[in-house]
Amino acid sequence: MAANVLTVTSGKGGVGKTTTVANIAVALANDGKKVVCIDGDIGLRNLDVILGLENRIVYDIVDVVEGRCRIRQAMIRDKRFPELFLIPAAQTRDKNAVSPSDMIRLCDELRAEFDWIIIDSPAGIERGFKNSIAPADIIVIVTNPEMSAVRDADRVVGLIEAEEKKPPYLILNRIKQNMVQRGDMLSVADVYDLLRVEVIGIVPEDENTIIAANKGVPLAIEGKSRSGVAYRNIAKRLCGEQVPFMKLDVDTLWDKLMQIGKGN
Amino acid sequence: MIDAIIFIDMAESSLVQIKGIKEGLLVTFGEADWNVLSQSLYSQVEKQQAFFKGARFVVDVGDRSLKSREVGTLRDKLADLGVNLDTVLSTSAVTVNSAQLLGLATQLPVPVKRYPKSEAAADLASHALWIDKTLRSGARIEHAGNVVILGDVNSGAEVIAGGSIMVWGRVRGFVHAGKEGDNAVAICALDLHPTQLRIGELIAVSPPKTKDTAKPEMVKIVDGQLVAEPWKPI
Ligand SMILES: Nc1ncnc2c1ncn2[C@@H]1O[C@H](COP(=O)(O)OP(=O)(O)O)[C@@H](O)[C@H]1O
Ligand SMILES: [Mg+2]
Repeated sequence: MAANVLTVTSGKGGVGKTTTVANIAVALANDGKKVVCIDGDIGLRNLDVILGLENRIVYDIVDVVEGRCRIRQAMIRDKRFPELFLIPAAQTRDKNAVSPSDMIRLCDELRAEFDWIIIDSPAGIERGFKNSIAPADIIVIVTNPEMSAVRDADRVVGLIEAEEKKPPYLILNRIKQNMVQRGDMLSVADVYDLLRVEVIGIVPEDENTIIAANKGVPLAIEGKSRSGVAYRNIAKRLCGEQVPFMKLDVDTLWDKLMQIGKGN
Repeated sequence: MIDAIIFIDMAESSLVQIKGIKEGLLVTFGEADWNVLSQSLYSQVEKQQAFFKGARFVVDVGDRSLKSREVGTLRDKLADLGVNLDTVLSTSAVTVNSAQLLGLATQLPVPVKRYPKSEAAADLASHALWIDKTLRSGARIEHAGNVVILGDVNSGAEVIAGGSIMVWGRVRGFVHAGKEGDNAVAICALDLHPTQLRIGELIAVSPPKTKDTAKPEMVKIVDGQLVAEPWKPI
């Protein structure tokens, strides 16, 4: 087995990187893949919370890098999926505790045993970002349909190109189709036109995301919610399957009820 | 591998010279393969890591053509050793372009004496800088001569030229032609909607973007004013 190293990054903070990593990870694990997630956000770890594994951390990535434990000891197994693991970030250290070459070494050690190594990058373009993209085979950029997020995504694409990495993919998160139709939000086509990066996923705004985050149960586990389905589709596309994009229609039951309520 | 290291250790001082200048420490190289030279630089810095810690380096690579990946590695390796790569000086347009794409400076505020007057530098100004990719947010390209870009200049990117700027693509970012005051230059693009455009001292901003289709345009100074002319087939 030779794992693919997938890094999820964005430039701007709060656009949904960690949510994306957790959901892609459980979707791949659900499809029978062996997956390890690495939280690259040292000092601000939260992938453990989103995956519901925070109370099981003993060692973290800095312990591995500084030789206080073996890689195996820092890997937390997810109880729901026996082939899904997390290597948590250190909460009390800063990003300089790990270097790009440490990350490459760490991933090389893991490659033989896994199908996917997924790295959750911190926001920004500094050390933590460089650490996260150094070992990447595939880079996915998450952005929101807002000019400031798209501008930061563009910056990150430029830096990835300068590093001579393979062209990244784009996930557009938090699309509100009714706002797009009113012309109040950038559409998928608008964002594509600005960035010219291949779109691998379109995730609608979904308030279940917040409930899921609090429970530590990513939506893609159930795959009933629309965003859960979107993440499952992204996982399939990453594995080379052709999956059509879902229709982001506004005629959900809720919207109809709203219209009736308004007297239409 | 081991042979190479021994070789570096012995010949180090002739391969890499480091001296203090106002902007920091200037690094220059002797004649050897870039791999050997860069390794030699790392080992010199490593030997006196405490001394070099936090230093700003100005690295003059002469006429060597370095890809952005090579410049990126240099920056990262030096960062691992606690040194900031501030500026990369070169007479190679490829190297200058690589460094600029990585956001590094490629000129000193007060140039090192021999540098701008050298034949090589004058040569660089008379040649067009050819860039065959889209410049994304954060990229800054500065060149003494003309600049030709096959790709877009995205919002947040900057192109500054001593001469003219021609873009075979869309301009959404900042473009400045004739930066030294040359008024006989032009800026043209297939679709010109810059955040801001300057020729010499004159400044213009784009009207709010309408959804109409792209049209090729050229901007020049006519009677002391910036004038945009659409391109028409004759
Ligand atoms: N599709 C979505 N719909 C609604 N809320 C979302 C969506 N994606 C992310 N969020 C929320 O946005 C916030 C930031 O998400 P997070 O994944 O932590 O971003 P990042 O890791 O990029 O900082 C969280 O509160 C998360 O629940
Ligand atoms: Mg995060």
